[in-house]
Amino acid sequence: MDTISLVFQGLIPVFIFFTVIYGFAKGVPVYDSFVSGAKDGIGIIIGIFPYVLAIFIAVKTFEASGAFDFIRKLFAFVATPFNLPPEVFSVAMVKPFSNAASLGIFTEILKSTGPDSLASMMAAVIMGSAETTFYVLAVYLGAVGIKKTKYLVPVCLAADMTGIVIAIILVKLLF
Amino acid sequence: MNTVWLLVVCISVVFAAINGRIDGFTKAMFEAGKAAVEVCLYLVAIVSLWLGITRILEDSGLIYKLSNFFRPAISLLFKNIPEGHPSITSITLNLLANFFGLGNAATPLGIKAMEDLQTLNPDNDTITFEMMLFIVINTSSIQLVPFTAIGLLASYGSRNPNAIVLPTIIATVISSATAVGILWLFKKFSRKDR
Repeated sequence: MDTISLVFQGLIPVFIFFTVIYGFAKGVPVYDSFVSGAKDGIGIIIGIFPYVLAIFIAVKTFEASGAFDFIRKLFAFVATPFNLPPEVFSVAMVKPFSNAASLGIFTEILKSTGPDSLASMMAAVIMGSAETTFYVLAVYLGAVGIKKTKYLVPVCLAADMTGIVIAIILVKLLF
Repeated sequence: MNTVWLLVVCISVVFAAINGRIDGFTKAMFEAGKAAVEVCLYLVAIVSLWLGITRILEDSGLIYKLSNFFRPAISLLFKNIPEGHPSITSITLNLLANFFGLGNAATPLGIKAMEDLQTLNPDNDTITFEMMLFIVINTSSIQLVPFTAIGLLASYGSRNPNAIVLPTIIATVISSATAVGILWLFKKFSRKDR
């Protein structure tokens, strides 16, 4: 895995090398060109900041208020009849909101149930196949200042739910 | 987004009150501010870097050639993007970066793709179907090898951490396909979009 990771990481330097050489060959003043493009970055991020702030406030206060713990207990209750490890629902619940928090819960699961348990496997697959949906939404929508999102949010949530259910079923079947 | 945010904030306040964690709530708000600043500072650097690189691609004309090259694949999903448009390249590069797990490149290229898609948008306030499609594919995650999860499993002494690769890929493919499917269904059944 380390070799594959190394090869993937190598793609970026290769890509940048190719871009710069091609630009040079076409007579582009690459340094000036880079700087003039990079100048736009700060403006975009200033536009994104309030959106990211709003999401972070919602996530952090939700955690601090104990609402997360309550929902985790609720899911533990729901999970029992299905014979599923309740910890898995915590990861699934938290992942769309915060990567750091879901990593924390994943580590807890690894510690408490062992790295080869069903719960660890399910959590690992969920970690790999789900995204921090609300963060992505805030950043991408914030970047262009879109206000009317039509049915985007319900579609994303439905997709997240499907992904999690599929991850759980797959691990149940394969392990 | 308005509904989700309103709900989460209200639930937080109510729970903070019930659990007697009002001070924790206030503290969390300022922590959130700090975290948002940190994330944005990091984003400034990598977004500027990638905008610089893509500007070289634009000035050398390579981005238009790449767009023409990638168009057949991308236009299977994104039907309303004109030939040679830069968004084709930024979308492709973002999807590739995601695919190979290069988060540092994926987000900036995604932001670039959104900007490029915005140039095709007749109404700057309202999202287009192409943008929704792009975001839905991004939020359903299309990573080939889940390095973070494997790394953690390995560091806690798992016998075979690579065993999760196959189920993760299958789960990712099915969930991305479902996500696109759900989006298509919504498009079909919402009259406003036609």
